[in-house]
Amino acid sequence: MLKVSVYRYNPETDKEPYMKDYQVDTQGKDLMVLDVLELLKETDPSLAIRRSCREGVCGSDGMNINGKNGLACVTPLSEAAPNGAPLVIRPLPGLPVVRDLVIDMTLFYKQYEKIKPYLINDTPAPAIERLQSPEERAHLDGLYECILCACCSTACPSFWWNPDRFIGPSGLLQAYRFLIDSRDTATEERLADLDDPFSVFRCHGIQACVAVCPKGLNPTKAIGHIRNMLLSRAA
Amino acid sequence: MVTQVTSFGRSGLSDWLLQRFTAVILLAYFVFIVGFMICNPAMSFDTWKGLFDTTWMAAFTSLTLFAVVAHAWIGLWSVSTDYMTTRTMGDKATVIRMTFQATYSLILFYYLVWGFKILWS
Repeated sequence: MLKVSVYRYNPETDKEPYMKDYQVDTQGKDLMVLDVLELLKETDPSLAIRRSCREGVCGSDGMNINGKNGLACVTPLSEAAPNGAPLVIRPLPGLPVVRDLVIDMTLFYKQYEKIKPYLINDTPAPAIERLQSPEERAHLDGLYECILCACCSTACPSFWWNPDRFIGPSGLLQAYRFLIDSRDTATEERLADLDDPFSVFRCHGIQACVAVCPKGLNPTKAIGHIRNMLLSRAA
Repeated sequence: MVTQVTSFGRSGLSDWLLQRFTAVILLAYFVFIVGFMICNPAMSFDTWKGLFDTTWMAAFTSLTLFAVVAHAWIGLWSVSTDYMTTRTMGDKATVIRMTFQATYSLILFYYLVWGFKILWS
């Protein structure tokens, strides 16, 4: 039996959040954390979680697992709670809780919206698609894979303190993805929007985002590239 | 774009660059002073005074004083805009933050004047 402690909060009935303990029979298997939560929901259907693809693609089930943000569907018990240690599940930190493990991601998406996450190109559209060389396409590797699960941004203290003003690691990784895209012509406009004391420069490079990204991406490195682009533009 | 009227350079890039530039000056000064002390184990008051009586050392120390003020301003401004916000303190946050910023700017200015008085008078 695995001891699982889960953050519970229903704003309609609870005065404040609390941790509720469960015993889950894993039958000695190295289950994914999401499987454990599904087993748990069989005994307590009132637990609210987000989930969809259960294979690390949709980014729905980001949560804090034994102190570290991650996707429940791709985090095995052997990694999160080795040797039968208790499992402690909380919602992603820093954003308001809607209920139990479901958070309100409005601020996260507002920051994503700010960086204009789409190609801007004011040149006449070609007859077919805008072509890229293999080298130009390679620049997008390590950037386009972001699934917006918010594990990185909600692990970032700068985002906790200023989620309305600091873009956050996820949004900045996406910002660089469009800044470096050879098909995008709005580089100057994008950089001008980022050159303030908060949007980019609240990153202090502690790399908490890198440590938790379930896709193995490196937002700190992307932020460093944005800083260099801002420096080249201004120097 | 987010703007902030109380930031040192009004631009994220200039504050970031200045923070690093001043850090290098502070490190250079620290290394020099420690090196000087190691090279002069039997240092007397006259040796110390002789060092600071030279124009280049007074200039180097003045530059370091400016660096301390700029570095501290940018650093404390970041701290105050992290923790003294409406999200953490409610409506009174702006008054508290402005008071804090005004107080430390006066303290930094006082240190600057005091340092210059010692160095150049």
